[in-house]
Amino acid sequence: MKGIKIILLFCLLSATAKTVAQDTTSSLLSILEKEMEQQKDVTIYTTATFKTTRLINGHSLENVGKGVLDVKISHRFGNISEGGYELFGLDKASMRMGFDYGLTKNIMIGVGRSTFQKTYDGFIKIKILHQSRGKKNMPITLSYVPTIALKTIHFEDPKVNNHFSSRLSYSHQIIVGRKFSDKTSLQLMPVFIHQNLVTLAAESNDIFAIGIGGRQKITKRISFNVEYYYVLPGTKLNGTSNSLSVGFDIETGGHVFQLHFTNSQGMNERTFIADTKGRWDKGDIYFGFNISRVFSIGKKH
Amino acid sequence: MKKLILVLIIILTGSQVIFGQSYLTKNGKISFFSKTDLENIDAVNNQVVSVITPQTGSIAFSVLINGFLFKKALMQEHFNENYMESAKYPKAGFKGTITDLSKVNFTTDGSYNITVTGDLSIHNVTNKITLPAVIIVKSGKISASTSFKVKLDDYKISVPKIVESNISKTIEIKVDCNYEPR
Repeated sequence: MKGIKIILLFCLLSATAKTVAQDTTSSLLSILEKEMEQQKDVTIYTTATFKTTRLINGHSLENVGKGVLDVKISHRFGNISEGGYELFGLDKASMRMGFDYGLTKNIMIGVGRSTFQKTYDGFIKIKILHQSRGKKNMPITLSYVPTIALKTIHFEDPKVNNHFSSRLSYSHQIIVGRKFSDKTSLQLMPVFIHQNLVTLAAESNDIFAIGIGGRQKITKRISFNVEYYYVLPGTKLNGTSNSLSVGFDIETGGHVFQLHFTNSQGMNERTFIADTKGRWDKGDIYFGFNISRVFSIGKKH
Repeated sequence: MKKLILVLIIILTGSQVIFGQSYLTKNGKISFFSKTDLENIDAVNNQVVSVITPQTGSIAFSVLINGFLFKKALMQEHFNENYMESAKYPKAGFKGTITDLSKVNFTTDGSYNITVTGDLSIHNVTNKITLPAVIIVKSGKISASTSFKVKLDDYKISVPKIVESNISKTIEIKVDCNYEPR
């Protein structure tokens, strides 16, 4: 009897040992899965909603990283409808050079100088909400972008009493956007612009506009972008039209090339939102590009 | 008979400990390096989950791609967006076995050179690999480390011509894990 019991015991034991061993092999991955699930309990912030901090003319909801300097050289050429004599506008160029810098992950500043009306501009972009998933779920990104622009072109009539303040204009912009998928991102940009001086007394100094823009990635490194600013009719300046731009972003390592067609020649908020003279339906289309090159100059992390 | 059952239970539960014991880490470290004349790229992930079972010699790793930290934010963005496509393929992993398990004595302190073979999955591509590793046993804890090279081509990670000279075609990967009994 005792012998049988011992044999039974051994049989059971070896069987158990085998089961347990097999079990661990297959359960190894389930243990991993379980642990990985726990890791999902962190907040993952959405990145690369747009390829760069500008959609086309205006700001995208992207910021540059902390300690990153982004040098932007932008050109808008002449009117394409001028034909072959002007090489479809390429003989005329208006340019802006800009320097943007990331103070923190969520705050960037920038300055620029445009040849158009010899304008200096500066801005701050503050990311208030950042789209994320995981522990903290946030469906949108929201940024606030105040800008200031200073025209330094000579006053039209130097004989009258001109004020320095007449050269200034301001804009306040909210950007709300979302990366809907790996390829598709959209944003809305309500904007308020104030110019200290307008041409006619009947014109409004305050301009309200709402922008809409988006991108659709075509390949990993190329995206198609659209940007449209609708100026509220009561505030629109005489002889101006809404800014519509379409273009492509081409990204190559540290560079982003943006090539586009637009009816705006200006490259700061006041000029392209409030003072767009060109009209698509009349063929006033300008070819332009922005080149962005980033340099990591600040301390890492 | 009662005594026998009792003995059985004790032995059974005991055997589970001996045979079923596995070691776990949730903060293992994987880093990688790309060295070219133009640029050095490196990144580290300190949230590697790994399990090792001494009895069977099974070993498994799993890591979230977006957990790799770079010195430059833009590099990290491109790594996730363009190369690893971490939105589509969030994880990389390895499951395999120690082929020369008999070399290792998990109850005696010491350093053991071993060979591991198994399936490495990166960017949704799985390849069989065999590589040397070191296991160190010290006062009941196990640590494992290895370094090896992977070819980007083997995992269908394409580098555009324009940055070809900035990114090495073979990437050196280092793994360092300190396990605790589970």
